[in-house]
Amino acid sequence: MDFKGRDVVSIRDFSKKEIEYILDCSERMIPFAKGDRTSDCLQSKILSTLFFEPSTRTFLSFSSAMQRLGGSVLGFAEMSASSVAKGETLADTIKMAECYSDIIVLRHNREGAARMAAEMSERPVLNAGDGAGQHPTQTMLDLMTIKLEKKKIEGTHVALVGDLKYGRTVHSLSYALALFGAKLTFVSPPNLGMPPEVLVDLQEMNADLTQTHFLEEAVGQVDVLYMTRIQKERFPDPAEYSKVAGLYKVDLNLLAKGKSSLIVMHPLPRVTEISPEVDMTKHAVYFRQAFYGVPLRMALLALVSGIPMGEFK
Amino acid sequence: MKELKVTPIKNGTVIDHIDPGMALKVLKIIGVTGDEVNSTVSVVMHVASSKVGWKDIVKIEDRELIPSQVDKIAMISPNVTINIIRNYKVVEKYKPKLPEILTGLVRCANPNCISNQEREPVQTKFVVVSKSPPKIRCLYCQRVTDKVAEHLI
Repeated sequence: MDFKGRDVVSIRDFSKKEIEYILDCSERMIPFAKGDRTSDCLQSKILSTLFFEPSTRTFLSFSSAMQRLGGSVLGFAEMSASSVAKGETLADTIKMAECYSDIIVLRHNREGAARMAAEMSERPVLNAGDGAGQHPTQTMLDLMTIKLEKKKIEGTHVALVGDLKYGRTVHSLSYALALFGAKLTFVSPPNLGMPPEVLVDLQEMNADLTQTHFLEEAVGQVDVLYMTRIQKERFPDPAEYSKVAGLYKVDLNLLAKGKSSLIVMHPLPRVTEISPEVDMTKHAVYFRQAFYGVPLRMALLALVSGIPMGEFK
Repeated sequence: MKELKVTPIKNGTVIDHIDPGMALKVLKIIGVTGDEVNSTVSVVMHVASSKVGWKDIVKIEDRELIPSQVDKIAMISPNVTINIIRNYKVVEKYKPKLPEILTGLVRCANPNCISNQEREPVQTKFVVVSKSPPKIRCLYCQRVTDKVAEHLI
């Protein structure tokens, strides 16, 4: 499969076979991501990281991924550090990054920004999140986590919990899980349910899905609890936020009602959805999930650069 | 003899089978605002039709439509028929087909979409998800809208 020069804007731009190949390459990258093995296949390559919105994991893991493969990184981690603060358009910033680097990673506050950037740039553009839109590398690393921790995605029962209306990760993830034949349960407050267009889309894919407002109802049946943060900034009225903020919480009492093999995932950052006492249990995989972002992004950087994967066997 | 509410035109375009109530939007699309008068425009609304129940009709004398206008009309009224008239005869009659991708014709309904940023050099692009009723998906932000008439450029 040839990914050289390819943009990574939306998970929907990739077939199931292509995603499987990317996950396979990502697994091969794990010893390199840990530093147990070394590669300088991207030596002399430069990655631009254009982050118009703050991010910890995505920014650091892309930087780590590039440097683990011998490449270098330039860019900015907030809008105030760029010429956009002086009124420059995104299009001009992309044209500039294209001149200075080989690959562009973009996080932007507007939906569709990465698609526009990909159209403007001759260099591959990797979408690191565009507003409330797509975040394909997060979706891929979530799939990788389930594949590695549960050994398979097909037939695995995944509950997506929390803000399913505004949560960027859950929309693409539910699509990708349905594509791989996972069983889905959506757990959300009534006013933060999965948007109708996402539900219609999943129904058209014949996805096996159920919905509930009660986490206790779902926990005993599922293999994966995928927790999300209920975002305070979405609520104009703080009283409305506080009604739903503490609604779903994973703690030892809840885990006692689940399968012994249950795993808990979270795209992070977490607030109160997962009690710190869970961190020490075998159920907690969210920090490993954050780590998988590095080998996954290493694989994508190598693939879009046209590096043969044979080197990583 | 059948009574004609509007007399035949010698040269020009007859837009027939417009969804009832959409004739004024068609006028907006073809740029009939009253500011500039070059030819006669006749509008008939809520006409009984054996084919479609009720319809609107617009007749424009001495003018033929450009493709982007035809695409826009097809978006807001998918069953429309365009008749080109020359010397009182229908020389061409067709039902416009919506292209798969609409470029620069509609504004995205999502105010936070990059295509709504005035200074960015980007034309709006939509995939036609459904032709009748019209439903389009923004190629940039993926927002789907069925209120096409409200977002025409």
